[in-house]
Amino acid sequence: MKLELRGITKRFGTLLANDHIDVVVEPGQIHCLLGENGAGKSTLMNVLYGLYEPSDGEILLDDKPVTFRGPGDAMAAGIGMVHQHFMLVPVFTVAENVALGAEPTKAAGFLDLDQTRRRIREISDQYGFDVDPDALVEDLPVGVQQRVEIIKALVRNAKVLILDEPTAVLTPQETDELLDIMRQLKSGGTSIVFISHKLREVKEVSDTITVIRRGKVVGTADPAASTTELASMMVGRAVSLNLDKAPAQPRETTFEVRDLTVIAANGQHVVDHLSFQIRRGEILAVAGVQGNGQTELTEAILGLQDRVTGSIVLDGKELLGRPVKEVLEAGVGFVPEDRKVDGLVGTFSVAENLILDLYDKPPFAKGISMSPAKVMENATARIGEFDVRTPSAAAAAGTLSGGNQQKLVMARELSRPLRLFIASQPTRGVDVGSIEFLHRRIVAERDQGTPVMIISTELDEVMELADRIAVLYKGKLVGTVPAGTSRDVLGLMMAGIPPEEHAPTPQAGSNPAPATNAEGADHA
Amino acid sequence: MSTTVSSPRPGNPQGGGATADPSATALSAKPVGWKTPVLLAVFAVVSLVFFGFLAPNKTASFGISTGSDFFQLPALEIDAAVGGIVLSVLLLALAAYAVYLKLKNRPAPGWLTVTFISLFVAAFLIWVVGGARTPAISLAGLIAGSVTLAVPLVFGSLSGVLCERVGVVNIAIEGQLLGGAFTAAIVASMTKNPFIGLVAAAAAGAVVSMVLALFSIKYLVNQIIVGVVLNVLVSGVTGFLFSTVMQANKAQFNSPPGLDVIDIPVLSGIPVIGPILFRQSLVGYLMYIAVAVVWVGLFKTRWGLRVRAVGEHPQAADTLGINVNLTRFWNVTLGGAVAGIGGSFFTLVAIDSFTKEISGGRGFIALAALIFGRWNPIGAFFAALLFGFADNLQSIVTIIGTPVPSQFMAMLPYLVTVLAVAGLVGKSRGPAASGIPYVKG
Repeated sequence: MKLELRGITKRFGTLLANDHIDVVVEPGQIHCLLGENGAGKSTLMNVLYGLYEPSDGEILLDDKPVTFRGPGDAMAAGIGMVHQHFMLVPVFTVAENVALGAEPTKAAGFLDLDQTRRRIREISDQYGFDVDPDALVEDLPVGVQQRVEIIKALVRNAKVLILDEPTAVLTPQETDELLDIMRQLKSGGTSIVFISHKLREVKEVSDTITVIRRGKVVGTADPAASTTELASMMVGRAVSLNLDKAPAQPRETTFEVRDLTVIAANGQHVVDHLSFQIRRGEILAVAGVQGNGQTELTEAILGLQDRVTGSIVLDGKELLGRPVKEVLEAGVGFVPEDRKVDGLVGTFSVAENLILDLYDKPPFAKGISMSPAKVMENATARIGEFDVRTPSAAAAAGTLSGGNQQKLVMARELSRPLRLFIASQPTRGVDVGSIEFLHRRIVAERDQGTPVMIISTELDEVMELADRIAVLYKGKLVGTVPAGTSRDVLGLMMAGIPPEEHAPTPQAGSNPAPATNAEGADHA
Repeated sequence: MSTTVSSPRPGNPQGGGATADPSATALSAKPVGWKTPVLLAVFAVVSLVFFGFLAPNKTASFGISTGSDFFQLPALEIDAAVGGIVLSVLLLALAAYAVYLKLKNRPAPGWLTVTFISLFVAAFLIWVVGGARTPAISLAGLIAGSVTLAVPLVFGSLSGVLCERVGVVNIAIEGQLLGGAFTAAIVASMTKNPFIGLVAAAAAGAVVSMVLALFSIKYLVNQIIVGVVLNVLVSGVTGFLFSTVMQANKAQFNSPPGLDVIDIPVLSGIPVIGPILFRQSLVGYLMYIAVAVVWVGLFKTRWGLRVRAVGEHPQAADTLGINVNLTRFWNVTLGGAVAGIGGSFFTLVAIDSFTKEISGGRGFIALAALIFGRWNPIGAFFAALLFGFADNLQSIVTIIGTPVPSQFMAMLPYLVTVLAVAGLVGKSRGPAASGIPYVKG
């Protein structure tokens, strides 16, 4: 089926999220929408899927204009969507989730789930999905949940499948499997709209690339174009993707985590007997798929978690069990993973946000009074130093773009002498241009002799920044490997498979599985 | 179609890990706590000391047959001390088994808790009856009375199930019961027809519910607050109309003809079971039907699947073309109608006139039954029965004259509620989106 979007415009109040967007998806084509976070890709797809009504423009299927009053209409017309955040009911079985909304029924509205189970098995066999129709969705790994979403679309005979940032939650191996599935679907005649900002995947699988920037189509690109070229199109100016950092000059070890365990409210060990060290002047990157204990690990170090055992030592002093304020005073700088929730107070001004953890110390405070002049002075200096694009230091932090908000948080945390710097997802949702800047600042902090810990779910970022890489899986440390370890090995580690020893081991070939899997991935 | 697919499995993630890989199951398995074994042990010891060692030296007599049964069974005669000790030993054994399971890191199975509660109640009954001035009660009467008292509770908690499963918290059950009771009384009095009264009660409950639905769904007002306000509103309005209209002309407005008990021939003569199942008023029979219909509807039909999806993950339902807010509106309305029917029980079956606050807070007990019953119609039914039993027991026991002050006995239903909700029966997990308004986009 041919899909055409003609002049789609979507306004939210004064914000123009989509500005006369034209896209044509040919039958059996993988069409990539490339753009940064906030460029308007998801809005566009929600318009196409009937979740938003377009302010202007029309949608054509096989050259016939259609209007969708809701997702039901879009599905009936053969459009299926896999949302970035899965639309699955966790306490339902796979079959129930697939049936929902288009339930096969017997007399009097009784469900006929057997029919759904049969369809799931058929599709599952055809594409090698390996999905059990009777499993509860909440028990399934993320990758399998995504397949359930794809099955949902296929059961409804989707001719056009929209995948909205499908790889954000996947391990590299799962990503490769997904790309494979996409190729299979394509050869079966399904058109795919693939939304992403990850250049490697886009290049690998797309037939055509449409680049969107600030709600507008800025051009079409060939998948064979270089990543630098694509990145420049996406951002709108030349960017350098390579950090070219100098090798680390590690000094003595000043930060050590020993046998750290964090127990969640439900009794689960979200961080499980974790031990590692960081030396001054080196960056330890903690890799892993989202939700494998990274958040809890950083929160435990900061003193934000309650049920923690083990030991966290910085400069010979125990941090565990001390209040957050004392931890910060010990010289820990912390960039939280969600700047909007933990990093900033959106309604406070830029200047105020820059002193959130320094407000009670000189020169900003004297006794019970604060010095607004000093606060402004500090703000002006930091804004210049970190190139924060803001109308003024008095503007509310919430009005800045993602990249500038992140620079703001980073500016605050790096504005005092640090003994340890922790940055969680330092560049999530940040434009490519700012990423480069933020990375350089992190490396600069390292070169001043601060132990740095980076937590990132983006493998590219981990490989870029790390001097050593620690991989977490289900709260456990799978292993620590040097920088330059290959994607495949890291990918397997992120799935819980320990790295193969390169040094000869007494029992050779103790675990042959990684090798074969890695080959398979290369193949793909 | 198998039951395991459709029935909910609240709070037991490790139970469904048939397909997850073993390491994932092992990690998600929560450590078994000491709470249940310790609680069981404490209760077993309490039982042994009070119901066993401190038992009155009398024989407790439990009548099984009523006069109208078609055959008569002799009454059950139990020596209070012997019965107490035997049951307490059984309780201790069960508690020990729970401890053994804990040491093996396995949770106590559901049957164990249920058996334990049943035996404990039996021991308590023997003790309390044995200590009474006239140590004899009719077991059949006790159970039949419990069911009768449970009728409005069951309807109320079914209303709660219907509302919460679709994602709206219904605190207004009390108001719906009261509104139903009032309307049933006044309409039945004026038309001289209890059936019209019954229908009017359902309509009144639905109207109360519609207000809840309108404000919480359309105007996004906090559901708890709307519910509480509705309770006060209905109480005020019915109280005002009672003292002005009904009191002024009792014959015309407050003397509803009742719904008679309908005996089903032969079947109603079966001892114990007969009076419970086959000697009920129309509202009583409707109760059994409603429980079955709601359960089948929720777990076996398209309607139910959609309702549960809307209550668990409204966005997912929306992306599949289900109108979330419309589904919510009509289900909440339906829930109100069910509660309204329950309210008619007060004025058409139990008592033949309306009085102020006739529902007496049973809407809130129904809410507890809903949670105790884990948002499941059948669970809610049995939870309501338990509360009805506790309620009936305290009145019977007061009549036969026990050494325990009646005020303490009156606490029984609430004590049971607290223990139940505190987690004696395991963690309850309600619908994920219950109480959260759905705003598109």
